[in-house]
Amino acid sequence: MASDTQINAKNKKAAYHWIDERFKVAALVDYMEHKSVPLHEHWVLYYLGGIALFLFVVQVLTGILLLMYYRPGADTAYESVKFIVSDVSFGWLIRSLHSWSANLMILAVFLHMFSVYFTYAYRKPRELTWLTGMGLLGLALLFGFSGYLLPWNELSFFATRVGTGMAGAIPVIGDDLLVIMRGGEEVTGATIGRFFGLHVAILPGVFTVLLTLHLLFVQRQGMSEPLDWTLKPTAEKRYMKFFPQFILRDMLVWLIVLNILAILAVMFPDGVGVVHWHLGTKADPFAPPPPVIRPEWYFMFAFQALKLLPSHVWFLEGELFGILAFTVGGLVWALVPFLERKSATGQRSRLFLLYGLFVVAFIVLMTMFGYVLE
Amino acid sequence: MKQVLPILAVMLLSASAAMTLAADDNCLTCHQSFEDETAGPSHIIVRDVHYQRGISCADCHGGSATLEDMEEVRREKSYRGVPGALDVPLFCARCHSDAAYMHEHNPGLPVDQLEKYKTSVHGHLLLEKKDPHVATCTSCHGVHDIGSAKLPHSKTYPLNIPQTCGTCHADEAHMAPYGIPTDQVEAYAQSVHGQALLERKDLGAPACNDCHGNHGAAPPGVASLSAVCGTCHALEADLFVSSPHKAAFEANDYPMCETCHSNHRIVRPLDAWIGTAEPALCVNCHGDADGTRGFETARGISKAIADLAAAHGQAETALEEAVTKGMMTTDEEFRLKEVDQNLIQTRTLVHAFNMDSVSGKAEEGLQKARQVQQNSARLVDEYYFRRKGLGLATLGITILVVGLYLMIKRLG
Repeated sequence: MASDTQINAKNKKAAYHWIDERFKVAALVDYMEHKSVPLHEHWVLYYLGGIALFLFVVQVLTGILLLMYYRPGADTAYESVKFIVSDVSFGWLIRSLHSWSANLMILAVFLHMFSVYFTYAYRKPRELTWLTGMGLLGLALLFGFSGYLLPWNELSFFATRVGTGMAGAIPVIGDDLLVIMRGGEEVTGATIGRFFGLHVAILPGVFTVLLTLHLLFVQRQGMSEPLDWTLKPTAEKRYMKFFPQFILRDMLVWLIVLNILAILAVMFPDGVGVVHWHLGTKADPFAPPPPVIRPEWYFMFAFQALKLLPSHVWFLEGELFGILAFTVGGLVWALVPFLERKSATGQRSRLFLLYGLFVVAFIVLMTMFGYVLE
Repeated sequence: MKQVLPILAVMLLSASAAMTLAADDNCLTCHQSFEDETAGPSHIIVRDVHYQRGISCADCHGGSATLEDMEEVRREKSYRGVPGALDVPLFCARCHSDAAYMHEHNPGLPVDQLEKYKTSVHGHLLLEKKDPHVATCTSCHGVHDIGSAKLPHSKTYPLNIPQTCGTCHADEAHMAPYGIPTDQVEAYAQSVHGQALLERKDLGAPACNDCHGNHGAAPPGVASLSAVCGTCHALEADLFVSSPHKAAFEANDYPMCETCHSNHRIVRPLDAWIGTAEPALCVNCHGDADGTRGFETARGISKAIADLAAAHGQAETALEEAVTKGMMTTDEEFRLKEVDQNLIQTRTLVHAFNMDSVSGKAEEGLQKARQVQQNSARLVDEYYFRRKGLGLATLGITILVVGLYLMIKRLG
């Protein structure tokens, strides 16, 4: 007579066979079984992408819940957010989780990007993974920018006016871009409608497509191995199985992040320090602007750099020069897998290492400068 | 800085005007050569509003500015020289009471100053009693550096008025013959009005002339006191007029507002002023056995205000705790402002001395204050509920983390 264990194993095999007969999953399971993660001194950096992904999922879930009560419009946006945080059960917690996870996600995306850059993980054959990642970073920043206006409070109104005003300084398309973004010459209820559509429909759609591509590339090509492994004998290379070892560790990290997120959301429902989203007073286009208008922390470096520029640099207006410089700098950064070819042959590029360090130093110093100057 | 800019502007304009006018004015050419540069009339006149509008020495003093010899000037028919104190009002009124002339130079300025002056105590003493020591036009406006009342350096600029009046009225020697006190300016400076004007530089606060008049300056009598205070404190005046106190005050010849609030040294009123125990003012007239309802009304009003003030304080404390804990308190903050408003309205209604209207308004505020207290307490409870929830959630997640960790360890 067959034991319980034998019966269980037999049933599992039958179920697997049933599914495989219909969906041909055998090849996929085989692939997953053989998928591995390189183990080296910086392997913990592999968690950063997963953390960003986890926080994005939190964003989507909390965003859907907020969507049930949020009402876009100059007469309803502020009131509905106020209703969410003061009258809806756990509404304050959902808004707090949404805001904290947004900020942490952008932090995680930045750290993920720099870890990829400094470990040359963007090198051939991962150029498109890098490019989709850059696209995701851009979309995450747009998420932040468009979401900032939605509560329609005093600070968000004036910060959006400054932010969209900067976009208006872009040569040739600036004026039209400003009108398209604002839905008119000024930031009004029409701007909320546009930002809302962007935040809850367009960006999630594009983000999901790009994220799927990014994850597909990562799964297909596997985790990038360190540069100095190029010449390392295969016998000396160490790996960990993706399933279940790495994915369990990933889940462990997600749980820790969830715990941190819960603590932050409950202890600081309106944020803390420079990262805050206190509702405050409703936006009033006729009121004088608050003494300090500043963007979200992840835009501070650009905002501060533009503020420090003189009115004219050579024959160009200071603001225009700044925007052009950021465009060129950003393009170089995005195209680094194509511009920097040494790493594809296992060599380090001193020039691009210095460029990366300059970018990090610039972002950190300008951000600190921006807050210290206030 | 706001005060300095107009002065600088005037000085610049004056300097340029002076350079133009002085060039063909022999009065100035001569007088400037021997008069003190800082205080001499021919020097300070550049700050004078008349001079800046093209009116020079000869227009007031007569004579001719084209003549070079002073004796020739004195021989001129139009020469009026320096007027004596008794002649000053008519000297100025020659132009200032001439509607056609004033229309030409400053159409916005009234031309009834002399008529008003005649009705004033100053005018009465000067023109009828021929007392040369009372205030004339120049005592308040200055002589050769007369400025518009809009300019901060002017003696008639609101901030300078107490000092201008005090030049005589705070001078014991000067006031001795008239037998009136000299502590008005000092008392005013300590009053709510004086503090608003002199310390907070609130130009809307009343200075001496707002109650006493300027050209027609006189102490407001018992009858006109209600009109004087009621100009600004209209609601209080209306309530008082419709109260039973109106007839009682008139019968006893008590000045309407001054009886409780005094005159120059008007301080911020206290809730304790109303009631039946020290320092309540009501007991000055009403006794426990005076046979009127006044004593009981005072007691009732005092209690209604005290209850509301106490409830306001308790609501404020409760709300503060919720705010400190980082809870969303916007609605309660608004409601507390309404309580604040109710308290102000209740205090104002005291002037009607009607128990029903005071207690009705106080009750309205009490209900809102209780609501603020209850809701703030609910928010504080919510705060602790969140902390407990967080503790449980963190514990649950931590157990999961430990379980997962053990599983990973078992798998190797």
